[in-house]
Amino acid sequence: MKARALRTALVHLLLAGGAFLSAMPFLWMLTTALKPESALYQPPLLFPAHFQWENFAKAWQAAPFPRFFLNSAVMTAGIVLAQTLFSAMAGYAFARMRFAGRDLLFFGVLGTMMIPFPVTLIPSFLVVNWLGWIDTYNALIVPRAVSAFAIFLFRQFFLSLPRELEEAALMDGAGRLTIFFRIVLPLSTPVIAASAIFSFLFAWNDFLWPLIVTNSPDMRTVQVGLAMFQGQYGVFWTLLSAAATIVTLPAVLAFLAAQRQFIAGITNTGLKE
Amino acid sequence: MNGVRLQKTPSKASRWGRTLGEWPAALFFLLPTVAVLGTFNFYPALYSLYLSLFEWNGLSPTREFVGLANYARLLASGEFWNSLRVTLLYAGGVTLLALALGLGVAVLLNQPIRGQAVYRVLYFLPVITPTVASGVVWKYLFDPTQGVVNRGLAGVGLEGPSWLSDPSWALAAVVVVGVWKRVGFNMVVYLAALQGIPRAYYEAAQLDGAGPWQQFRHITLPLLAPTTFFLVVTALIDAFQVFDLVYVMTSGGPLGGTDVLGYYLYRQGFRYSELGFASAVAYVMFALIFAVTVAQFRLTRGGGQGEG
Repeated sequence: MKARALRTALVHLLLAGGAFLSAMPFLWMLTTALKPESALYQPPLLFPAHFQWENFAKAWQAAPFPRFFLNSAVMTAGIVLAQTLFSAMAGYAFARMRFAGRDLLFFGVLGTMMIPFPVTLIPSFLVVNWLGWIDTYNALIVPRAVSAFAIFLFRQFFLSLPRELEEAALMDGAGRLTIFFRIVLPLSTPVIAASAIFSFLFAWNDFLWPLIVTNSPDMRTVQVGLAMFQGQYGVFWTLLSAAATIVTLPAVLAFLAAQRQFIAGITNTGLKE
Repeated sequence: MNGVRLQKTPSKASRWGRTLGEWPAALFFLLPTVAVLGTFNFYPALYSLYLSLFEWNGLSPTREFVGLANYARLLASGEFWNSLRVTLLYAGGVTLLALALGLGVAVLLNQPIRGQAVYRVLYFLPVITPTVASGVVWKYLFDPTQGVVNRGLAGVGLEGPSWLSDPSWALAAVVVVGVWKRVGFNMVVYLAALQGIPRAYYEAAQLDGAGPWQQFRHITLPLLAPTTFFLVVTALIDAFQVFDLVYVMTSGGPLGGTDVLGYYLYRQGFRYSELGFASAVAYVMFALIFAVTVAQFRLTRGGGQGEG
């Protein structure tokens, strides 16, 4: 009995140690963001002893963060909506419709997941440039309006739905569009949630593409803005930490809200491989 | 991939005609996908191969066909070999360390203990944290005088290096951040796989007198092999493309010490406007990732067919 209690204590000790290392950067980011500039040279804190909330306001104003936020919000909303709708449509066609070349096309879609992003970077930039989209929301959203991964998620989900409902509707003469929007989509909230959280985190955290297709401060997203801010305020750790906290918060909140769907999405696709 | 093939449904669909099937309707459902993936994935993948045969600054109306000269220049460039070496070290380091730590945490978590959900969230948070913000915060943690890392080392009487500006330590520091961001992902996937191993296997082994280590070595590890494989391949593919962390933390420096291929490509393409040369770099990355993917297919065909 005693040996078991000891064992449990040891397991907790190890896990807590690791969890501390894992969470430590967040703690220091937060305590630093709340420090007055004068306390910066004091030892780092585990729990906030100061509450200099002005740092957030200062960081918010030191660079056009409101504008960065607006840009990231527009881009993220656009990508989430487009990826969810278009991937659901494609996933439905691949799961349910019968047409020549379907499997070939589906493997083509999956194949795009194997093309590393750097390989498509320069030509995609040239296409966007040719379209005159540099420094526009179009450049930020349209090239990422479809996600092969989401198509895969939706297809798997639709294959697991019983087809009787749809068949009955087909017999009644309903078209595919009606069936998709009226019958299938309303049954698909779990996979919509999973796909949306992946799209959200991808879009909110994305850096390289927005860095390349935007030039003016007016079109920068939060991540690009934060990187530039760091370039200017390199050693102002309180302001930098405040800015990093502001930029991280939406991702953490979104993850906490949809944790279950997110982790199910990873483990399902991970193990089906 | 078993069981996903559609059963033949009775001839309801035949009113759309046999050869076309449901193409007219399917076309509508697939149009956005085909348009976007075609324009921003398939076409660019081919076009960058084509571009890699030219010398072009992206602005001038003419481009000069140079054949394989960009590749020859690449192979003769010390910068490129350095970049390749740094990339392989980064990818190997992050993949192996995050794999071992992820497995360790998953095994510890795979028992009835309190606070499991809390632990899982704490380990997973770095995965979803924006890389730019992570880079900014870790840069502070690695600050030579004010950073937590060196203050901690000083606390036990050691003098830490000036991590990010020291050529022999900068890459190690970036690897630490890469590992920190990866462990949670591996942990979650391993945990799901561990929960799929039947208890009966362990009970039978216990009856045969196998200790905890033997059980781990002869039951857990072999049954986790397909998962391990999946995690190694995905981690390598991700790590070969690392860019954000390096951009924020070191800008490829000091002295090229963290000049990974992703950053090298970015410099060549977007700082020096050497679009043809940068495309050749991109194709070398493609080849690297393709080799890993092919190795995956080869090896999974050989062994764990029972999984899927």
